[in-house]
Amino acid sequence: MALDVVVKKKKRRAFIILSIISVIWTLPVLWVLSTSFKTEQEAVSGGLNLIPKQFSLESYFYLFTDTNNNILHYIKNSFIAASSHTLLYLIVASLAAYGYGVLKFKGRDKLFWLLISTMMIPAVMNLIPLYSIMITLDWLNDLKALIIPGLGGIFGIFLLRQFNLSLPKSLIESAFLDGANHFQIYWHIVLPLTKPALIVVALFSFMGNWNDYLWPLIVINDDTYRTLPVGLALMQGNYNIYYSRLMAATTVSIIPVLALFIATQRFFIKGITMTGIKQ
Amino acid sequence: MLTKLWEDKRLTAKKLLPAAFVLPHLIIFTIFFIIPFFYGIVISLYDWHLFFPDLREFVGIDNYTKILFDQESIYYEYFWNGLKNTFTFVLLSVPLLVSVPLLLASLINVEPKGYKVFRAIFYLPSLFSIATMVLIWRWVLNTNVGVLNITLAQLGVDYIPWLSDQPFAWISLVLMTVWWTIGGNMIIFTAALKEVPESLYEAGDMEGATDAQKFFYITIPSIRHQLVYITIMTTLASFNVFGQPQLATGGGPNQTTTVLMMYIRNIAFGGGRPNPGVATSMAVILGLIMITISIIQVRLIKRMGD
Repeated sequence: MALDVVVKKKKRRAFIILSIISVIWTLPVLWVLSTSFKTEQEAVSGGLNLIPKQFSLESYFYLFTDTNNNILHYIKNSFIAASSHTLLYLIVASLAAYGYGVLKFKGRDKLFWLLISTMMIPAVMNLIPLYSIMITLDWLNDLKALIIPGLGGIFGIFLLRQFNLSLPKSLIESAFLDGANHFQIYWHIVLPLTKPALIVVALFSFMGNWNDYLWPLIVINDDTYRTLPVGLALMQGNYNIYYSRLMAATTVSIIPVLALFIATQRFFIKGITMTGIKQ
Repeated sequence: MLTKLWEDKRLTAKKLLPAAFVLPHLIIFTIFFIIPFFYGIVISLYDWHLFFPDLREFVGIDNYTKILFDQESIYYEYFWNGLKNTFTFVLLSVPLLVSVPLLLASLINVEPKGYKVFRAIFYLPSLFSIATMVLIWRWVLNTNVGVLNITLAQLGVDYIPWLSDQPFAWISLVLMTVWWTIGGNMIIFTAALKEVPESLYEAGDMEGATDAQKFFYITIPSIRHQLVYITIMTTLASFNVFGQPQLATGGGPNQTTTVLMMYIRNIAFGGGRPNPGVATSMAVILGLIMITISIIQVRLIKRMGD
């Protein structure tokens, strides 16, 4: 009984502290949202009201009709790059994970751990040479530069391989006795069974690609192919003191990731937990 | 028996089969990871020109000696200033990026009402791109019309130049990074805390341990693996710092927040006479520092034992 009271007290204390921090955490975003619905005059008037005195869609109207740097155009590019990258990575990574996790061949584990050990090499060392390779391939100002190089990533293979190793061997063996070949087993048995891991890998590759800043900043100079983060950064300069407009752009940039997060929250949490514990 | 048969007949007979699965990735990996790694070392030994191959000239380790020792060289100044600023960021941010999520995770681990909502709220900012994040904070921290300074003014505090004066620039950069990135660490910690056996705390209670004692003598040792993992990953991530100062302070005031990644990018691709050879040698040194630090940290875990 006494223990119960202690637990309750603890929970209440945690609730109060977390509530306060949550308010601090959310206020900046709410303030951005609020500014985006204010007129430019009201935005810089120094008022502290979260609810706009004069509710205005002016900034959004401007934003969507701006022909110089159009946010919808950037979102489209980001979407094309991130979803192509994700789709291709799922194929490449799941094939490789089948190779390292299900197939048996000489030197398999050695090769795999060699790959894993290269994860220690910091990406910064590859930045400039990779740019040189983009010049050679003629991929500057081309979405290919944002889609293809990252397909060499190891993280997804590692995660999927762990999943493959945990699959019951008898399942694969019996499929063999039924006359299935490896591609059929990969496609009809392993992929469906590792779906949760595939979703996690898809989410993280998509988000990573979608939010990437430094690499697209370097390889894309042409506005035709510019993606959202770099486009937004550019708006910061171009819209300068038009804060309502800037905050409308910020709000719009949040919507896609927010929608994705709400739809897939449990996979995010599962994914982060897996990466944190298994490595 | 069955396995044996299967391996013998199906697999060794088709030695090329593994290649079909593994090779697509290996080819891409070689072109975009392995080759650049060695290519980078080559570039760092040249006076390199990205677009004019004819002008490239082998200079040996000149780029390295220039940035490390040649006090006459502007690159020496850039390198050491950038390295100092990067280290400053790492030292200021890593302790907070580890402790704040641990604190939040311990509160969430109590599972108060709505703890899942709290967890989602703290995780949310890490979904934003760096450009989104910086836009949010540049507006909140704006000196003249930002909501923080206006609020402070009502409390009688003078306007603070959050992004254009020290030490505020560092404080702002670190705090926005904390706000932006703690979500992932918090979730890993929450999962780790759940695994700590309740019986340990009960034993602590019997001994009359305070909450603080329980935290330092039970919680911390129990989650030390995740703690070390998070510290390593967070340290490495912090060494890569680029976007926050580039977008929020522009490296100012007076280049006090111009981190090494900013110099590397500017020297390799910036205006004037780009010098990718020098920039690559800076990147190689930064990379070696990061590898060294992660090896030291891994050694430390090993010494802590399992």
